[in-house]
Amino acid sequence: MKNLDSIFWAYILGWAIFFGFYLSIAKRSNDLRAEVDRLKKSAPGNSREK
Amino acid sequence: MAKRVLLGAAAVLLVIAAAYASFFVAPEERTMGALQRIFYFHVSCAWAGLTAFSIGFLANLVYVWKRKEKYDWLGVSCAEVGVAFTTVVLISGPIWAKPAWGIYWTWDARLTSTFILWLLYISYLLLRTLIEEPDRRALLSALFGIFAFIDVPIVFGAIRWWRTQHPAPVIMGGPNSGLAPGMRGTFFFAVFAMHILMWFLIAERYSLEKMRNDVELLRQEAEAT
Repeated sequence: MKNLDSIFWAYILGWAIFFGFYLSIAKRSNDLRAEVDRLKKSAPGNSREK
Repeated sequence: MAKRVLLGAAAVLLVIAAAYASFFVAPEERTMGALQRIFYFHVSCAWAGLTAFSIGFLANLVYVWKRKEKYDWLGVSCAEVGVAFTTVVLISGPIWAKPAWGIYWTWDARLTSTFILWLLYISYLLLRTLIEEPDRRALLSALFGIFAFIDVPIVFGAIRWWRTQHPAPVIMGGPNSGLAPGMRGTFFFAVFAMHILMWFLIAERYSLEKMRNDVELLRQEAEAT
């Protein structure tokens, strides 16, 4: 198959971008989830702080 | 959550099936040979990106009209997903162009308008990081998003209005354009798969934006007490 390297790189780089983008969303979601937990714990009236 | 997991699984399975069809089902093109198989990936990503920008444009319009934050969340989600797809287009295009044209890049009408589209939506995303106040950020970015969308019909029309380096359209391109039946089925299947992936990524990004809003509300509550 001619030009196999071009086909390989087009697909690999494309999927790497999608995968990286999905990972960035997942990482930002995890950070926000941790922040929600932190804010809920530090809220006045939280049983753990009493 | 379960719906998003199902959508994600469907998106992954469909794009794998589309890649398989691109390599093993679609017939080999006479002039370019195997190299033409990049077409199924490159063009389907371009269509999905333009669809994401179009949904974002509608969300921006509705936000300006109704001022409901969910439209702002949808607008930014579509812009970010559209940028991801356009980035793939701007990378896979030159990789295809080098063996086909002998050059990676030329300032042709389609390539230039696509690059400008990418820059416009990068600016949209940067603009959002510069404004702290949520309502002001949502309104200004919606207005900028409406302005940025002007380039989408230019990208679509560039290969129809001007004949430069980029090939003429094979879909919706006039009487002498078209794809062989075996190629057409694979192409529309790839377009469908990429749109499911686009939908999944927008859903994920929207949920992130909604969570960001919840954090903001919790912070305000914490500050008020």
